[in-house]
Amino acid sequence: MNINLTLIGQSITFIIFVWFCMKFVWPPIMGALHERQKKIADGLAAAERGQHEQELAEKAAAEKLHEAKEQAGEILAQAQKRAGEIVDEAKNDARTEGERLVAAAQSEIEQEVNRAKEALRKQVASIAVAGASKVLEREVNESAHGDILDKLVAEI
Amino acid sequence: MSSEMTSADYIKHHLTNWTYGKHPDGSWGFAHSTDEAKEMGFMAIHVDTMFWSIFLGVFFLWLFRKAAKQAEAGVPGKLQNFVESIVEFIDTSVRGSFSARNALVAPLSLTIFTWIFLMNFMDLVPVDWLPSLAAWIGQSFFGADPHHVYFKVVPTTDPNATFGMAFAVFFLVLYYSIKIKGIGGFTGELTLQPFQSKNKLVMLLFIPINFLLEFVSLIAKPISLALRLFGNMYAGEMIFILIALMFSAGLGMGIFGGFLQLGWAIFHILIVTLQAFIFMTLTIVYLEMAHHEH
Repeated sequence: MNINLTLIGQSITFIIFVWFCMKFVWPPIMGALHERQKKIADGLAAAERGQHEQELAEKAAAEKLHEAKEQAGEILAQAQKRAGEIVDEAKNDARTEGERLVAAAQSEIEQEVNRAKEALRKQVASIAVAGASKVLEREVNESAHGDILDKLVAEI
Repeated sequence: MSSEMTSADYIKHHLTNWTYGKHPDGSWGFAHSTDEAKEMGFMAIHVDTMFWSIFLGVFFLWLFRKAAKQAEAGVPGKLQNFVESIVEFIDTSVRGSFSARNALVAPLSLTIFTWIFLMNFMDLVPVDWLPSLAAWIGQSFFGADPHHVYFKVVPTTDPNATFGMAFAVFFLVLYYSIKIKGIGGFTGELTLQPFQSKNKLVMLLFIPINFLLEFVSLIAKPISLALRLFGNMYAGEMIFILIALMFSAGLGMGIFGGFLQLGWAIFHILIVTLQAFIFMTLTIVYLEMAHHEH
């Protein structure tokens, strides 16, 4: 409990410790702390920026998607319309073709019928001639009575 | 503790420093008793106080220097984290109460807080361990009488240590007061307040009264700083010694003493930290006052 030289010794020790702390301990630690603070702040700012960019990109992507959907809808509608048109065209073609075929067939049938009629007429004429000649029991001169025969054929 | 000692001797032994100094007959050497240490007067040095304070101070600086060397802005390690949290705590305290720019104040506060904390913390080492070890070493290696080996472990229970620091702080306060305000400003602060008068003659009368008041408050700063720390730690140490006395008073008292010691030690952790913090805060406040006119 005596005050003695220890007092001075302690003062000197204290001053040396403070000096050392001030020169070699405090500045590097504070420097590192400040640097880290800055680093963290930068990192946070970058993260925020990134988030913002992501939001923008998302918005752009949504817009693109929307556009694409619209376009696809349009294309689909066009395609459907075109398909309808093609089907209609095909139907028309088919109908006209069918009609044409039917008409051709009918005309052919008519021709056949005419031809058959003609053949029949001719056969009937010859039969009639044969019949007549039988009836008359003599040969009829075809060239002399041709006009009568023709008149007869036309009547049948 | 040795059985042939009385309680008073035991306490006295624990409260005596290991002193090296000038004997009254002019020769230098270690004091062999409390009286001998007293007779040495001012020309003596407390070896134990110096040893422990320097040891702890060097330990503190070594630890923090180690962290400072590794310090970088990346992810901190365990030691660096620990050191940085203390440094940040000090930095916040300094920023909170010190407004001027001064590169000295923060490291000064860090040194004060950590060093005093470590020195105070020695109080929590059971009171007989280190002195008994010292007595054993003294007896077996140097042939000393163990009763004459004095070893006081807690430097802050030595007023020399607390006054040494307080005076160094006081010197800084005076230095910055004069540096910032000039000699005129500083003397003005000491003499021209708190009593003021427009009348020149009355003012002249007030000056010595003002000076007396201000001087006392100025001187009270280092003394209260030193005595507060010393008083708290000395009282704490004293209670530990008294509790330790119970260990020689039978089994029941010994067990009771053990619980008391545990309780007091836990409570003392608070005092140890608080006193270090108070010393630091008051230092910051005194230096802040030295930097500003009021």
